[in-house]
Amino acid sequence: MGAVERYAAPLSLAEALDLLRAGDVTIVAGGTDLMPQSHSGKVRFGSLLMNIRRVPELGGIALEGDTVRIGALTSITDLLESRLVRERLPIVAEAADHFASEQVRNGATVGGNVCNASPAGDMLVPLIVLDAAVELAAKPNGAVETRSMPLREFLTGPGRTQRAPHELLTAVRVPLPPPGFVARFYKHGTRPALDISTISIGIGGVKRGDKLENVHVVFGAVAPTPIRARATERVLEGRPLDAAVIEAAAEAAHDEGRPISDVRASAWYRQELVRNMTKRILAHVAFG
Amino acid sequence: MSHSVEIEFRLNGVVRRAAVPAAMSALVMLRDVLGLTGTKYGCGEGECGACTILVDGASVNSCLMFAVDCDGREVTTIEGLAADALAERLRRAFAEHGAVQCGFCTPGMVIQASRILAQHPHPDRATIQRGLEGNLCRCTGYKKIIDAVAAAAEQS
Repeated sequence: MGAVERYAAPLSLAEALDLLRAGDVTIVAGGTDLMPQSHSGKVRFGSLLMNIRRVPELGGIALEGDTVRIGALTSITDLLESRLVRERLPIVAEAADHFASEQVRNGATVGGNVCNASPAGDMLVPLIVLDAAVELAAKPNGAVETRSMPLREFLTGPGRTQRAPHELLTAVRVPLPPPGFVARFYKHGTRPALDISTISIGIGGVKRGDKLENVHVVFGAVAPTPIRARATERVLEGRPLDAAVIEAAAEAAHDEGRPISDVRASAWYRQELVRNMTKRILAHVAFG
Repeated sequence: MSHSVEIEFRLNGVVRRAAVPAAMSALVMLRDVLGLTGTKYGCGEGECGACTILVDGASVNSCLMFAVDCDGREVTTIEGLAADALAERLRRAFAEHGAVQCGFCTPGMVIQASRILAQHPHPDRATIQRGLEGNLCRCTGYKKIIDAVAAAAEQS
């Protein structure tokens, strides 16, 4: 463990960004990932431990035009309790419902799950299905500046993102899905609660008759980051969801990831799961 | 050694001040700094729920929470729950239904059960099971624990 020389709990975004600019800062929100990572030595604390939990600009879930802004400090429980999320972004609520345990859901934040950038991060898959973007703030020259980028570009590897050290992830922005949009999330673990995903799958698209359009297929835990499954999407795009198309999509899905073998599953098993569960989800979307 | 931070918060209804290292967990603060050993250290990584406490009414794993983050908040541990009528029902129900074997998971189970019953005064069995997902009992006495929570709910 590195030695923390200073602790700060800023009360505004501007104050937090000033502290970040000074350098060597470890950011803490819920702590649910940071605490075990610091114990295992995976994370070394910076000289300043900055608790962002009291920064009001980072909270809240709000509809802004045709975008849902989910503040970085939104807890997984907040997502589950939000009518806006349940009604307009049900795949996000579905993933939140499969997230760890109640104790962890009460502490863990959306911003933390995104910045932790685990290949198996539960919220990442549904958010990428929905084309979510991240909002980043910095204060390089005395004024707060923000930028935005697609979540799938923001994630660059296990624990790695495009966030610069002086930047703070302030929110995730999710465009409201169009009418007719359907989506499903599936997570595989050996028990319902608290398991890190062996694999996870999110599939979304606009259903017109028996066809899916603007198809988004996302797999978690089969590559260094959650991935868009482009070959699988091409098989599905605009074609009737019949048995032959579903079979072809499942075959494409099998070859899409480059999973590793670890304590949770072998690479072979992960690929089999992806094939079979893709088939199952598509059957639900087609007939359910 | 880690930098020490002065914090002030309500612990079981009483205002407490403490000086804690910035990287210390709330669990270590409760047990080693404040001497409240009812909250247990099980796994240290949020898997077992033995360290469950209430912070502003929501249950959290105190082993995953930074002690400094208690500043300005309302913290309830198993010791503080004892004064509560709901907790008294839970205590009796756990005793009557044999829901305690070695007892190590019990403080976390009772805190989490109180959270379940605060949110769902008349939960069905599935709701109780779902609510206790984050609490492990290695004596595997789950059936009796669930029976006890259900019984405590019925009396409300």
